Amino acid sequence: MNKLPYINGLTLVLLLSAMSAPAFAGSEDVVVENAWSRASIGVNRPGAAYMTVHNTGEDTVTLTGLTTPLAVMPQIHETKTNADGVSSMAPADEITIEPGQSVALEPGGLHAMLMKLQNPMIEGETFPLTLTFSDGGEVTVEVPILGIAARGPES
Amino acid sequence: MQRRHVVQYGAAGVGAVALMLGVGWWRADGPGAPKPAGQRPLPLSAMDFRLTDHEGNEVGPETLIGRPTMVFFGFTYCPDVCPTTLSDISGWLEDLGDEAAQMNVVFITVDPERDTVEAMAEYVGYFHPAIRGWTGPANQVARAAEGFRASYERVPAEGGDYTMNHTASVFLFDAKGELVTMIDYHEPREFAVPKIRRALKEDVEGVT
Repeated sequence: MNKLPYINGLTLVLLLSAMSAPAFAGSEDVVVENAWSRASIGVNRPGAAYMTVHNTGEDTVTLTGLTTPLAVMPQIHETKTNADGVSSMAPADEITIEPGQSVALEPGGLHAMLMKLQNPMIEGETFPLTLTFSDGGEVTVEVPILGIAARGPES
Repeated sequence: MQRRHVVQYGAAGVGAVALMLGVGWWRADGPGAPKPAGQRPLPLSAMDFRLTDHEGNEVGPETLIGRPTMVFFGFTYCPDVCPTTLSDISGWLEDLGDEAAQMNVVFITVDPERDTVEAMAEYVGYFHPAIRGWTGPANQVARAAEGFRASYERVPAEGGDYTMNHTASVFLFDAKGELVTMIDYHEPREFAVPKIRRALKEDVEGVT
């Protein structure tokens, strides 16, 4: 994603502004941990990214959406598997995180679905993913791209 | 006053425990228990379909008889469940090592429109080398799913794309082609390796 210095610069500015002037009620206390994603085959298949979103502050925060230069349509999706063993996937509702709580985006549950990739996701690279919150705040994280068969942030 | 508080807390504690037990019953045995997953798959010998594996070989249910078998339905445009399950399967196979060396491991696509033989070959190449990818004409994929009692459905997605809902269970058969058990997607993953051992063991028992 080094081809997009403009976007990287923008997210840096946003990060700096969030740090220097905590004007947002809650989202400046959001910490994103253990972000990871799987490499893609080309750009036709959607990608997925996973992470833990931790609200370290004292206000409830609501995660409302995602943006990334990597994909035209990044969305939080949720996989559900019913009693008959059939899995389906649909856009998730807004995700509310209480003070001190975390929400895990992990395989088989919530995930950042990266639709309409602009570039292939190449193992060993990273891409910026910005989480937007209902208070207008944003948190940007660099997501490492692991192998297609990766099972978690360490593999 | 203090004593009265203790009694009240005690009563609340008993109430909470009773509630948890109640919830446990409801989930495990009561109306909240998982429904039996439709019908069980047929024995492989009773199935009838013709597909092509990712190396271009003609395959069918008879290809699988003679060795224990693990089958999973999915599609390569699936961003979450399918790579997760295929990497889980790869991990189980690594754990089992030589024990599972004689096992058939098959990933059957429910999306033959996009999953050509070439697409399957590229995709399965990223996972454990024992995993074979099967695709074929839509009507043959439908017959395969019918035999396994697997279901799938094409669902329109935003932007003109589509995704597939599909049975995410892993099916385990013994060497004679009889169903041994299934690994459900939502069950704790550490149950999987012992279940695969059962399919392998029933093979040994069947032979001796």
